[in-house]
Amino acid sequence: MTPAGGPAGGDRDVVVTGMGAITPAGRGVAATWDGVLAGRATAAPDERLAAAGAPVAISCRAPAFDADAELGRGTTRRLDRFTQLALIATREAVAQAGLVGPDDPDAIVATDPDRVGIVMGSGIGGAETWESEYARLAAEGPSRVSPLFVPRMLSNTAAGVMAIRGRARGPNLTVNTACAAGASAIHMGRDLIAAGAADVVLAGGVEAGITTIAISAFAQMGALSTNPDAGGASRPFDVDRDGFVMGEGAGVVVLESRAHALARGAAPLFVVAGCGASADAHHATAPPEDGAGAALAMRRAISDAGLDPADIGHHNAHGTSTPLNDVAEARALHTVFGAAVDGLAVTSTKGVTGHLLGAAGAVEAILAGLALREGRVPPTANLTTRDPDIHLDVVAGAPREVALRAVLSASMGFGGQNAALVLTAA
Amino acid sequence: MSDDLLETFRTILAGEFSVPADEITSDATFEALGLDSLDVVELTLVLEDKVGVKLGDEDLEGVRTVGDAIAKVQERRA
Repeated sequence: MTPAGGPAGGDRDVVVTGMGAITPAGRGVAATWDGVLAGRATAAPDERLAAAGAPVAISCRAPAFDADAELGRGTTRRLDRFTQLALIATREAVAQAGLVGPDDPDAIVATDPDRVGIVMGSGIGGAETWESEYARLAAEGPSRVSPLFVPRMLSNTAAGVMAIRGRARGPNLTVNTACAAGASAIHMGRDLIAAGAADVVLAGGVEAGITTIAISAFAQMGALSTNPDAGGASRPFDVDRDGFVMGEGAGVVVLESRAHALARGAAPLFVVAGCGASADAHHATAPPEDGAGAALAMRRAISDAGLDPADIGHHNAHGTSTPLNDVAEARALHTVFGAAVDGLAVTSTKGVTGHLLGAAGAVEAILAGLALREGRVPPTANLTTRDPDIHLDVVAGAPREVALRAVLSASMGFGGQNAALVLTAA
Repeated sequence: MSDDLLETFRTILAGEFSVPADEITSDATFEALGLDSLDVVELTLVLEDKVGVKLGDEDLEGVRTVGDAIAKVQERRA
């Protein structure tokens, strides 16, 4: 055991002992997993976007909740939706990890809270707050701007409020690698533990960016699906895919060294065995056609885990359902896996959830971990005819039973930032 | 003390700041009701909408209770 507040030796054998999520597929990890296994697409017509005149009015919204009732009075006014989502996912994760007591669902009592760190990823931060307060500024002038704008909007507020509620006084970071942020956060959390800077790290990603301005801008880029059939709009790897569907949600995992978990009687769920990061150094938003940057991150993660590509049985793809991403990712997989790509059961859970942006990498790491634990790869929803330019074994229709010892999850962000995680059995 | 204004504060604090209505008395401090200094500034924006009076920084000096704030609103209206 580490002396309270004192220096610690690093430990690279980092395990996950708790998971929490709120996603369009469901409230909680179990409900999300059920929805993903069933291949139930969640993209639906969005009345709020339609009423605001947004050019695309399809989204994947998270299940409704009463923030004031669940998270304390005044929460709705004080905290942007993205922070609320992070708190809901965090509660589930710390409960599963056995870090909290019966009196308070947020306060960490089962380990020294001074050595609990937090790393969250978010691409945008308080998007709804930006939009609503800018509208107020434009319509009513500066004297009407809310003083709560700053704490609501800052993208590091989720991690900050998680620390306040958890009383977690370890290193507290927010990483932004856009749509790779959730995976980058898990990578950084693993490294904090490996460096001995924290005993436990809550790591994950969160996004609540379904706003008229964000939808309008992504539509202008041609990145969003305009499929008239909302339910079929997110169709990764399909020949008829035409863009992503914006989703919202949060995923949080509890990371700690295996030794620390066992010493406090917590059960390791799976191992964060390898982490890889890279930049495309190519273009602000488009991936290189050969997916070279993504391939580099995947290779680094596999190598970091001390494995060979042939050891990896399943890949939870970034698979956004945009024409460019899915082809580039397929090429990256061929580069990394070579002939072994034939033994890789690939899926994109975005067919169900839509694209959770900064939350995607964390939620998908959780889903990849569940696939590993249960030996079941979920299907890619809406995949009816695979793009002939994509030569991958993409699971479709129903879950596939397959014994797995290691799985890969990769995320690629606008900005050309890539993150990959390799998970192995506990 | 204006009962109408107390009722207005009750409506705002209960409806928009999720404060239980039975805790909202003129003697209650904003701190006890769970509002910090930023919330109180936010409250002045809502008040401006509802009663047409904007309390500024100087008005808020020394305002600790709901009754203090009501007195300031009445002062500004006088």
